[in-house]
Amino acid sequence: MPKYALYPGCSLETGGIEYGMSTHAVAHALGIELVEVPDWNCCGASSAHMTDHLLSLALPARVLANAETIPGVTEMVAPCAACHNRFAAVEYEVGKNEELHSKINSMLEVPYTGKVKLRYYLDIFSNPETLAEIKKQVKHPLTGLKVACYYGCLFVKPPKATNFVDDPENPMAMDNLMSAIGAEPLLWPYKTECCGASLGATKEDACTKLCNDILRVAKDSGADCIVAACPLCQSNLDMRQVAVEKKYGLQYRLPIPFFTQLIGLALGLDSKALGFKKLFVDPAKVLQKVGAA
Amino acid sequence: MGELNLSQVLEKNRSFVDEFIEESGTDIRQCYQCAKCSGGCPGTFAMDYLPNQIIRMLMLGMKEEVLKSKTIWVCMGCSTCTTRCIRDIDVAHVMDALRKEAVKLGYTEHAKDVVTFNDAFLWTIRSWGRLFDAGMLMMSNIKSGNYTRNMQYALPMMLKGKSPLIPIPHGIKGTKEVKKIFRLSKQEGK
Repeated sequence: MPKYALYPGCSLETGGIEYGMSTHAVAHALGIELVEVPDWNCCGASSAHMTDHLLSLALPARVLANAETIPGVTEMVAPCAACHNRFAAVEYEVGKNEELHSKINSMLEVPYTGKVKLRYYLDIFSNPETLAEIKKQVKHPLTGLKVACYYGCLFVKPPKATNFVDDPENPMAMDNLMSAIGAEPLLWPYKTECCGASLGATKEDACTKLCNDILRVAKDSGADCIVAACPLCQSNLDMRQVAVEKKYGLQYRLPIPFFTQLIGLALGLDSKALGFKKLFVDPAKVLQKVGAA
Repeated sequence: MGELNLSQVLEKNRSFVDEFIEESGTDIRQCYQCAKCSGGCPGTFAMDYLPNQIIRMLMLGMKEEVLKSKTIWVCMGCSTCTTRCIRDIDVAHVMDALRKEAVKLGYTEHAKDVVTFNDAFLWTIRSWGRLFDAGMLMMSNIKSGNYTRNMQYALPMMLKGKSPLIPIPHGIKGTKEVKKIFRLSKQEGK
């Protein structure tokens, strides 16, 4: 049974609660064991790296150090792309700089050794073995559902620091997953365009414009929904969609489910347990496709 | 921007440029102005200078113009520029380094909202180890004087069970460890 340390981050229990719910439900169904990192703290994204370089590395390093205390675990996943990126920064920057490494460790109670490696969250499902397992277990293929896979920026950019886990301009892990569950991933150009991230909290107008671009291109590409892999992107596109529509006088009504929710649906898991009711834009269209509405 | 005698400016700010390169660990002098960073940047519509212009201005020692720019506060760190830079310059990291420098030297004219947001965010982390949404929002809005900002989402978040009805922060066991990290990184930064 594959076993990973899980870093839920601050959003998997709050704004992205449906991502957390569906993550656990799908992992359970596929026999993947996820062990929550003991006493984890916030990774600091993205306020810490705008403010203090050492702080921006020491906060996530404490999490990785705590993950190292879980017996039998060699890899950690962070479903939030912004968190993932901070752990990637630790591995990239601290891993190649001994002086920095000992400085960081002097700030921590439990030393960070680097023995637990960061794993690209999508890849624990899209690797060949698990993908085959998902195909085998599909009960309700999402046939005919046109999906725009939206990875956000920070899982794959910058590729040097994120270790080239997927193509930074045209990632495919989520597309492969969507094909495996019978959906039709669209060829569309905004897979890794920025949603505005925390600008939503500080410069709403700029964030609204960026979200509108993404929603418009997805709609024009013929998408029934945009599938997300990052709770911040998802929240910008889902919760702020009404504000976008109002500002631009358009109507999208595009549901923004997480990829784990759609996998769960195809596996025949209860839509309630997958948190579909937590989405702001009504996902009825998506649920009807598999007769789960 | 007005007229500038660039050789004088460069002479005056040469140490700033050298120190910046040293501290940010990014050799901006490698830039040959292909402008790919600006071509792919999603934030240019809200910027006063394009990212490639910021790099050029830095090379020319135009410290004040760069630190006072809107650009560094619009950048959201998506790293598309870094990903595409043919000269291997981490442009997004340069923006991070410039933001820190701007705060340190008090050039925060265009940054008040971002700085108050960051301060409120980090205050909750330092206090409880994890983000406390409601506390952050309140603190950020009080400090910025924009009391209703994003409040329209508070009730929908509660109704969706994404935010607790009675917001109470819960500290982690290692709150002291986190406080220590904050304290030591601040000391180092001085």
